Amino acid sequence: MSEETNAAAGKKHRQPALEGGFTLDQEKPHLIGNQCTDCGSYYFPKAKHFCKNPACNSDQFNDVPLSRTGKVWSFTNAEYQPPEPYVAADPFVPFTIAAVELEKEKMIVLGQVVSGVNPSDLKAGMEMELVLDILFEDESTEHVTWKWKPL
Amino acid sequence: MSNGSMNKDIAILGVGMHPWGKWGKNFVEYGVKAARDALTDSGVAWQDIGFVSGAATMRCGYPGYVAGATIAQALGWQGAEVNTSYAACASGSQALAAARAKILSGACDVALVVGADTTPKGFLAPQKGERPDDPDWVRFRLGITNPTYFALYARRRMEMYGDTQDDFALVKVKNAEHGFQNEYARYRKRFTAEDVAASNMVADPLRLMDICATSDGGAALVVSSLEYAKKIGRGDAVKVAAISTVTPTYASSIIEMPDIATDSAAVVDAHSFRAALPIKAYEEAGISPADVNVAEVYDLSTALELDWMEDLQLCERGQAAQWVRDGVTRIGGRLPVNPSGGLACFGEAVPAQALAQVCELTRQLRGEAGARQVEGARVGITANQGLFGHGSSVIVKR
Repeated sequence: MSEETNAAAGKKHRQPALEGGFTLDQEKPHLIGNQCTDCGSYYFPKAKHFCKNPACNSDQFNDVPLSRTGKVWSFTNAEYQPPEPYVAADPFVPFTIAAVELEKEKMIVLGQVVSGVNPSDLKAGMEMELVLDILFEDESTEHVTWKWKPL
Repeated sequence: MSNGSMNKDIAILGVGMHPWGKWGKNFVEYGVKAARDALTDSGVAWQDIGFVSGAATMRCGYPGYVAGATIAQALGWQGAEVNTSYAACASGSQALAAARAKILSGACDVALVVGADTTPKGFLAPQKGERPDDPDWVRFRLGITNPTYFALYARRRMEMYGDTQDDFALVKVKNAEHGFQNEYARYRKRFTAEDVAASNMVADPLRLMDICATSDGGAALVVSSLEYAKKIGRGDAVKVAAISTVTPTYASSIIEMPDIATDSAAVVDAHSFRAALPIKAYEEAGISPADVNVAEVYDLSTALELDWMEDLQLCERGQAAQWVRDGVTRIGGRLPVNPSGGLACFGEAVPAQALAQVCELTRQLRGEAGARQVEGARVGITANQGLFGHGSSVIVKR
């Protein structure tokens, strides 16, 4: 859909808050990381220049979708408005944050948790899945990000 | 080779600090006050200092980037060589390490190490502008502040070990009791568990009084070779026995500021950075955790003090909260932690903080800590950690 048709339909342009960081598949989104072609280490955000494994000299990576489910490592929330470049709604609405461990990639990824889920609803080890949601919006654009949602 | 250059010890001849607070003055004023106090305490004349090692501040413009030279100029140019180190919260330790290297190489006998800062109000924020390649920018964009990380670690303790918010409050109450007696501390009030519980939640489970503020402050050390110390009749001076500023080892297993993901441990083993820092310090000093009498650790949050106690191997994993409940870490307990009052009572003045830790331990080991004295302290250790793989652990001994 072109910008013009979006505008005509009253729809906002959707823009990822971290360019190239995740698919825009509304049903089953994935974070997009990359993997070293030599040692197999995963990266998120993507490694750009060199593999960070000190035993590896590679600078070649393949983009890979990361596991879209994982287990809660820890969690918290933001009850105070973060400073810029965070773009806050007025008034600021507190949000929950989870650190989720991806089993295959053996890495922990932070993200906001969908609204309506409080820290008291979460436990370490709980299964979470990745969803897309709005980080913030302005007049013409919805800035979308990944969020974690209890399965 | 003389005895003095055969081991890696250097002498701490003088310590000095400017009180922490929100004074709103130029950082140079705090640095000069601390430096002059350290010089007076050492008995060394400013003109005899061969090397000025400054810890940089990033919030005070160009003079802050060249803090070593700025302070040297303010004290009166006298021809000393200068250096400025920046390593986030570990800046002070790296400045101390630079001075030690200069002394142990024989390039200078006696050096001044100084760090001072003037900090803005509120959350520490990243630089301005759209910078999606900067992980610090990305995490703030997503709403992830420094307290987010402290809270994730705190909650992990609760989930793993059964620690409670009441345990965290006990750390604050203990540190407030310590800092109440410290003329250099910013917050000098005997806060109670009720005060902590009544403070605003910032990042669940941490409340405002669980999290350290940012402060203005300055700290300085005069350090020398052991030979120089003997020559001026200070052979009994407290010594720096180790400085560890090791970086993390890939794959780093704990989510660290400012990253939004850990390294992947899919193909290599995971490592803990906080645990690695003191290991190098203990090895370098030839001292074991059982020898430690007093510790100054980076309580960016109350719960983080408990993590550090375990990372320093002062107690077993998961046991730190019980130690606090039992009063082990209070002054008068078996192993006092943060007798200065810690960051809880100081608030963080980034380039000064690691040096302030060494100032406190030096006073403790000299037996000059007054009402805060840890009786019979002979070995002390510090721990600190900041952004981008910077951290430090310093061991001082009698």
